[in-house]
Amino acid sequence: MTRLQNLLLGDTTANRVVPPSGFTASLTVISSAAMAFLAVFAISLFLAAGELSNRWEAELSGTATIRLPVSETIDDQVTNVLAALDQTPGIVSARRIDDSEQLALLAPWFGQDIPLGKLRLPVLIEVEETQAGPDVEGLSNRLAAEAPGAVYDNHSRWRIPLVEAADRLRNLALISLLLIASVVAVTIALAASSALAANGQIVDVLRLVGAEDRWIANAFTRRFTLRALGGAFAGAIIAAIAVALIPSGVDAGILSGLGFRGGQWLFILSVPCLAAGLAFLATQIAVARRLKEDG
Amino acid sequence: MIELNNVAMSYGGRALFENVSLLLPEGSFHFLTGPSGAGKTTLLKLCSLQLKASTGQVKLLGRPTDDLDRNQVAAFRRQIGVVHQDSRFVDHLSVQENVLLPLAVSHKATTDANDVSDLLGWVGLDHVAARMPPELSGGERQRAALARAIIQSPEIILADEPTGNVDWDMSLRLLDLLIELNRLGKTVLCATHDLNLIRQAKSRIPVRVLRIRDGGVTAAGADL
Repeated sequence: MTRLQNLLLGDTTANRVVPPSGFTASLTVISSAAMAFLAVFAISLFLAAGELSNRWEAELSGTATIRLPVSETIDDQVTNVLAALDQTPGIVSARRIDDSEQLALLAPWFGQDIPLGKLRLPVLIEVEETQAGPDVEGLSNRLAAEAPGAVYDNHSRWRIPLVEAADRLRNLALISLLLIASVVAVTIALAASSALAANGQIVDVLRLVGAEDRWIANAFTRRFTLRALGGAFAGAIIAAIAVALIPSGVDAGILSGLGFRGGQWLFILSVPCLAAGLAFLATQIAVARRLKEDG
Repeated sequence: MIELNNVAMSYGGRALFENVSLLLPEGSFHFLTGPSGAGKTTLLKLCSLQLKASTGQVKLLGRPTDDLDRNQVAAFRRQIGVVHQDSRFVDHLSVQENVLLPLAVSHKATTDANDVSDLLGWVGLDHVAARMPPELSGGERQRAALARAIIQSPEIILADEPTGNVDWDMSLRLLDLLIELNRLGKTVLCATHDLNLIRQAKSRIPVRVLRIRDGGVTAAGADL
């Protein structure tokens, strides 16, 4: 506890013994800020991809559509199919989509004045499935017997790739976060190591007056941790503002998922804390190694 | 006390000195003299644990130093005050902060402001306490280094050509300080090639002079 206290608070001299400026100071602050900025976006993407995956999964699962090609006996076929569906386990309900609904579905592409009667559009039956769903293969066979050419479409060929794409997007965001963390750690370790090399005279003086490696390492670690914390905090705040300015709402499409809601904003606060933690570990390891190498 | 038993030191296969045995009793004042490159600085660095002997044993304050770990070496250094010819400082800290460094690194409470002021006054630097080391003259730097070396009241004081960069008046002033410390019971080992300084010291206190030459250390003759 005392050691942690010494590390965090230090004393006036220890706080000042590492030069307050220099290229390693700028490198640490700027790289931490940039990486925190990117990390916030990666977290935002991670959360958005997760939500997108869940939403697509929820919206597209549990429903299916049956397409029946137009024929002379289409009305009888529809009646038979609905009766068959009524007796099929895994089906909650089924209903024929009427002309006005079909017109609404086609309107975005063909306008409102479509002469439906003159077009040989297939008849659509909307089916609601239970969570377990029906035996699709058995149902397809039965539908083929009742209405030759009928197709049972449970959207799996759309849903599965979409969900997979969203999951991959989420994994990519996670990998990005790991890469960002690695870059922060490596950059700060290099900066600390360079700072130690550039301040060889200070290290010599400290050793001459009896400083232990731990004292020297803590002095450098404290400096670099605080620099990383400050830089990452600034970067995270700027990124938070940028994320907040991204258009939201239904019209924004996929962008509507980018952003933080409620408790998710706390993730932003975690970025500078994690950057500081990484800087602490990276500096401790780099400085300890360097001091040992120097003898 | 400082004790060297059959100490040898070599660099890159070349022996600088061999079989050096010395015993510097507690409270003694020794000068170490000899030509440039004879190994005066190396010998002092062995005594301040900045270097490790190739063979032989160095004992400080009655304890062998062969198998010390890094923290133990640091602890020993806190009991040894070292002044180099080109004393180095943390240039962005004030003279006073530099003088206080030994206390800071040993986690000791910073001594009372008056004590620091007294110490700086004793070495004649109270008027430059707030200045940065690069602003000091050669003599001021040496005195600041001496103040830093003794702030923890070490038992041993090692001075490597402390008067190398200062004029004769300042040399005498630094000698006064070393003599005063010796009178307080500190063991002093001072490397110098300045024979006048040694004669000055001999005229005031009992000192022994060691000469390092041709790979060995001997007691100097009566001419010194």
